[in-house]
Amino acid sequence: MTTIFERDNGAENEYLGECEVSYKLDNKYCRDKKLKLPGVSEGELCRHYTQLADNTYGVNNGFYPLGSCTMKYNPKINEKVAALEGFSDIHPLQPKSTTSGAAEAINLLSKYLCEILGMDSVTLQPAAGAHGEFLGLLLMKAYHADRNDAKRNKIIVPDSAHGTNPASAVMTGFEIVNIPSAKDGMTDIDKLKEAVGEDTAGLMLTNPNTLGLFDKNILKITDIVHKAGGLTYCDGANQNAIMGVARPGDMGFDIVHVNLHKTFSTPHGGGGPGSGPVGCKSFLSKYLPEGECSIGRVKAFYGNFLVAVKALCYITSLGCDGLLSASQIAVLNANYVMSKLSGLFETVGDGYCMHEFVITLEKLKSETGINALSFAKALLDEGIHPPTMYFPLIVPEALMIEPTETESKKRLDDAIEIFKDLYNRAKAGEDMHNAPKRTYVSRVNEVAAARNPIVKA
Amino acid sequence: MSIKFTKTHEWVKFTDDNTAYIGITDYAQSELGDVVYIRLPEAGETLTTGQPFTDIESVKAVSEIFSPVDGVVSESNELLDAAPELINEAPYDTWIIKAENINKTAEFLTEEEYNEIIKG
Repeated sequence: MTTIFERDNGAENEYLGECEVSYKLDNKYCRDKKLKLPGVSEGELCRHYTQLADNTYGVNNGFYPLGSCTMKYNPKINEKVAALEGFSDIHPLQPKSTTSGAAEAINLLSKYLCEILGMDSVTLQPAAGAHGEFLGLLLMKAYHADRNDAKRNKIIVPDSAHGTNPASAVMTGFEIVNIPSAKDGMTDIDKLKEAVGEDTAGLMLTNPNTLGLFDKNILKITDIVHKAGGLTYCDGANQNAIMGVARPGDMGFDIVHVNLHKTFSTPHGGGGPGSGPVGCKSFLSKYLPEGECSIGRVKAFYGNFLVAVKALCYITSLGCDGLLSASQIAVLNANYVMSKLSGLFETVGDGYCMHEFVITLEKLKSETGINALSFAKALLDEGIHPPTMYFPLIVPEALMIEPTETESKKRLDDAIEIFKDLYNRAKAGEDMHNAPKRTYVSRVNEVAAARNPIVKA
Repeated sequence: MSIKFTKTHEWVKFTDDNTAYIGITDYAQSELGDVVYIRLPEAGETLTTGQPFTDIESVKAVSEIFSPVDGVVSESNELLDAAPELINEAPYDTWIIKAENINKTAEFLTEEEYNEIIKG
């Protein structure tokens, strides 16, 4: 693959004209070297990006069951609506009378998200899920500080949580209390009871969790935390399983984020941009970035506004019934694939899942030496984007599979056959340690890349 | 120098009653996969039995390593900065830290007892 700098033909960049604005800058702010821009023609530039697009693999190319990421198809009508001039050619600081349509889009989306999540207020500022977690935890901090309850410095995180949960809590200055999952993959209620106390600031829980299981004890869990004086945060990354069926607000959660780029069909995986709105109950609304006791801004203006427009387009296209059936089909598809694979593969849980499920290749690894990594790489040769690997951490040699609702039965059947075929080939002794072989980039040396990263050309 | 094991997959080799080398077991390194980074504790850092004293990063995940003793770090294995793969290549010859002033330890296992545990 050539980088755009390698396409440089030595010509001066012909597209940057002289700056027409006169300005005076102190020398210390001026660059002493010329700005490094590739000198390529429009044609070469076009070829560069077309080549990149040809060599990549996205949801527009094929099956992409990347667990926990909800790689559903992104309807093109979202793009069409977001490209309307009234949304795309405006500036947040232009007179409000000229942007009332954009303001209405923000209000409408906020209202819909409140309804879907069972919350009272929403902010659209966070740029992604983890950013939303950060904001949500700041709300907790502001709430406890306001009540002069400063000793509450611990966040309880079950071991089936997304890795961002403990990371966000540490970023916000909390200490982590990790609690193990019970054998059935649910939160261990006894361990939770032991963990809560006067120092509990709150709990972060992903529900449905990373094993693709809905925590049936959720009301008990949120009640235990509330009785101890803590708040409850729902990582809503898996909202795609429960839209129109269950609401985090009704489960006893005080704060939740959703990923518009997962559940609400806005592009991600190639840089997005993402969007992770946060919803909260009314007693926390005043601490939101827009509230009267604001924790402050976490992003300029209204967050990634055009992403919000795409999500609004998705919600209004589908309507209440459509959102409900999107979730139902997502859950149905996951259960269909799981039940078809469970004869060969060892699955986690009691045989039913929500929108995703986890298989373990531990047995295959001990019998053949083919681990989850090699199996995932071999899937690339078959034209399937691999599932999430080695996550959740509590399952050895895990592959986490999320088909989403936008795949047809035929596509799922094809994928099931490929999974089975690969499994049988591995059992029969096929060497997959150097897979993939037919992709544009073959097996990369992840170890060398991690040990000696080249981060600057 | 006899070797002792913990349930959390560390090994300990005492050089005298209060001083020991600490590393991770062969089973631990094989489960982690290729190690790409380990944070080396500073000399003087306090060690508490059962509490993490450092993080180790493999291509799969970041994990914690738990201290098998109460004591103080006297030295970290500087070789691991440039060559963390030594942990994969020779787990029992590659110590991570040297601990001193040891006044309490975890419940150690013998090699046989440890092997029973990892067999599950």
